[in-house]
Amino acid sequence: MSDEFDDLKRAMDAATPDADATRKAENLRLAEENFARLQGSMDAARHSSERGIWTRVTDGVTNMLNAMTTKGGLTATTALVAVGLFMVMPQGRDLLVPQDPSLVDLVPEGLDEGASLGVEKNVTFGQAGNRSDNTELGASNDVRNGEDARIVDDLNGTVLGGGQVRRQAEIQPADKGDGDTLRDLAQRDRSEVDGLSSGSTIAADEPMLEAEIASEEFAANAPTEQLRSNLSKDGKFREAAKPSTEGRIRSTNEQGLALGDSDGVAAIIAPEAVVVQPESDTEAFSNAETSSLKVTQDEPLSTFSIDVDTASYAVVRSSLTTGMLPPRDAVRVEEMVNYFPYAYPTPDGPHPFQPTVTVMPSPWNAGTDLVHIGIQGTLPAIEDRPPLNLVFLIDTSGSMQDANKLPLLKQSFRLMLAELRPEDEVSIVTYAGSAGQVLEPTKAAERSTILSALERLRSGGSTAGAAGIEQAYQVAEGMAKGGEVTRVILATDGDFNVGIHDPEELKDVIAKKRESGTYLSVLGFGRGNLDDATMQALAQNGNGTASYIDTLTEARKVLVDQLTGALFPIANDVKIQVEFNPAQIAEYRLIGYETRALNREDFANDRVDAGDIGAGHTVTALYEVTPVGSDAVRNGPLRYQVSEETVDASGELGFFKMRYKQPGDATSVLIEEPIFAGQGEAGRDVRFSVAMAGFGELLRGGDFLGGWSWGDAIALANGARGEDAFGYRAEAVTLMRLAETLSK
Amino acid sequence: MRMKVSDEALARAAAGGDAEAFSSLIARHYDRVFGLAFRLTGRREEAEDLTQDICVSLPTKIAAFRGDAKFSTWLYRVVVNASHDRRRRAATHAKAADGWGEVELARRAEAEEARAALDWLQCAMTGLPADLRVTLALTLEDGVTHAAAADVLGVSEGTVSWRMSEIKKRLKALKDDER
Repeated sequence: MSDEFDDLKRAMDAATPDADATRKAENLRLAEENFARLQGSMDAARHSSERGIWTRVTDGVTNMLNAMTTKGGLTATTALVAVGLFMVMPQGRDLLVPQDPSLVDLVPEGLDEGASLGVEKNVTFGQAGNRSDNTELGASNDVRNGEDARIVDDLNGTVLGGGQVRRQAEIQPADKGDGDTLRDLAQRDRSEVDGLSSGSTIAADEPMLEAEIASEEFAANAPTEQLRSNLSKDGKFREAAKPSTEGRIRSTNEQGLALGDSDGVAAIIAPEAVVVQPESDTEAFSNAETSSLKVTQDEPLSTFSIDVDTASYAVVRSSLTTGMLPPRDAVRVEEMVNYFPYAYPTPDGPHPFQPTVTVMPSPWNAGTDLVHIGIQGTLPAIEDRPPLNLVFLIDTSGSMQDANKLPLLKQSFRLMLAELRPEDEVSIVTYAGSAGQVLEPTKAAERSTILSALERLRSGGSTAGAAGIEQAYQVAEGMAKGGEVTRVILATDGDFNVGIHDPEELKDVIAKKRESGTYLSVLGFGRGNLDDATMQALAQNGNGTASYIDTLTEARKVLVDQLTGALFPIANDVKIQVEFNPAQIAEYRLIGYETRALNREDFANDRVDAGDIGAGHTVTALYEVTPVGSDAVRNGPLRYQVSEETVDASGELGFFKMRYKQPGDATSVLIEEPIFAGQGEAGRDVRFSVAMAGFGELLRGGDFLGGWSWGDAIALANGARGEDAFGYRAEAVTLMRLAETLSK
Repeated sequence: MRMKVSDEALARAAAGGDAEAFSSLIARHYDRVFGLAFRLTGRREEAEDLTQDICVSLPTKIAAFRGDAKFSTWLYRVVVNASHDRRRRAATHAKAADGWGEVELARRAEAEEARAALDWLQCAMTGLPADLRVTLALTLEDGVTHAAAADVLGVSEGTVSWRMSEIKKRLKALKDDER
């Protein structure tokens, strides 16, 4: 959207006051009373003061969190938790204690006297809003009166005057939900904690500490904003000239900080609730059960959509190089195979690609064969390519701040920018909390404009993925002109937590957008909350590809080396159907493509979406087939079914059919050819792709591989490395060796 | 914890007479309602009163929530309708529109920059016809897509997109005028 609009939004956000707390409490009570009257029961609308202490505890936290809807408020309060955490953590305590031991009276006593800590923090927003947030966390000195930890939350500072609300948040150990909330907050604020400890200065003559945090979220709006935290050890702001014995921060034991009271109601912030833990794992992978062995007699047809994604291989690599076997569902065998460039015979006919079928003995099961289908897309002269319109849709949510996410993304796009032509256009849309266009469509020639827009990106907030997608497509449609290729490049860690987050619902949205002719590339970054399932859903339904970028090398491969293939589709909705001849083949099994299976009737139905092939792409599909009469046949004949001997003199193993659409066309073109035994020659490329398929199957458990081992995969891959100019294949062998070691 | 229960589930429970569900639902959405009310009216007092109107009538209205729309969409519709009603009743259309500024300006006069931004905001908001202003107030809410705004206003998504481009055009014109 336009700058004016963004300005307006900012001004509006700043001008919008927070609801008057007194009025709010009144109004809420009014609503509750009306509700109760309507239900004819006054009992139902109990006020929180009449309820048990634990209910109040949860209500307090709920209310507190509900009340903090403004971004600033949330940031301030989470920062505050960070400050609390900072004081609880041993390292934090060390920093709080003045270096001169004579100045502080550190009594490592028990907790019966109560520990107190007061934090007062002024958050000043330096931009238009100029809101003065004054938030204080006071753990009251008198912990015996039952108020264990009180968070006074006044987001309106002086303006509200009498309208201050004090919300009690008593943190109870038994309530798991609260623990989770705390943990969430603690995790979200890890960076702030880091910033705090590194940026801390200790005033030696008074036990007060000023810490300046330039958190990324603030810096995004106005770089001069500072979060000043004044921590005074006895809760009196800037008063404690010297430490008193009253307000010591007690050197508590490693169990955590306990704020106790006499009747046993203690709020213990258990270490496991506070200690910064490794990022929670919310990864979700999209996969399906390994395709089962089919009996040709019963089910002679196998139909699937091609898949040129490579995300799975990169995810596998990222797992293995960090010393873990990848989750089984992260392994999609066809993506492992299709990651690598192969030099299959190039097309010479009327079609934009050329299928080559090879039949070879299977390396893993004696008595079975592999039918290898290699498809090579044509590579039009790069000079002739039409101008590109690219909309970078960049996730700048808080979860993107890790080094392997937003920073890597920026570097990746910088690499890609160098490859664009001056007439190509680039626009940047970000989404975090709300979607916004940060760069109007700009010619690639204006490199510095684009680069500086990219540089300015900061992470912060939640992820309004759906809104971002809407906007990106809108921008893309505005950029599209006849003959140009328009593509949205979505870069995300897949964590869509605002708006639509159900992959099914996203699919519908994307499928609608697809009809505008805009393509979609999905680039996944980082691990931890990588939502592979959503990424797959987006790419598959948006005429797109999904890649996972874990290193700059991978970014180069995806965005630079394969720029043409990744960005210029030469055939859309490519489907493959193979009919096996029951006279020749007793059983068959499709290797990989589980998530791409199509119904038999979908093949000829041009309205059913399928994968697209880009310029120069290669796609490989493999079947393991068991010839009639082989010892390896696993399904014996049935006793009660009359099995008709199929008589067929053609000698064909099967019949290969493929449908595709020229970009922009609505009707598909059919390619077909028979498959014969022993056809083709198993060259290096074919053998390497087989080794990769075997590797993928081993990572998925290797149910169909018999005794074929990691060692066999390594030997097969090593023997088929060929030229391997960029070292991709050598890297794969390294990964196989890692996997071999890790699986022992 | 109740926070994790979806709005829709809470709203259905409230429609069925669950007082606790209703309480947590309004607690959860109060600030959002107030924010939208403020953007619609432009005056803090007006917004407080409008929010109160909504709080008073919501118990009756919630019984009609069938769960076929997203709760937030439904709620925004309630707010927008309530603001229409209020305006009609009090016949203070002009006042509501004029409200943009004075109080807020006085409140935040400390910073020159902020004031400039507010002046501009005031001009921008008062300069817009009612339907555009309502559309803008809605879409300024985080996470409200054009489609959702269209749903709330009972118009097509295309209309909202058109209105937004109209708004942007006018904002741009306004900005250019200043130069």
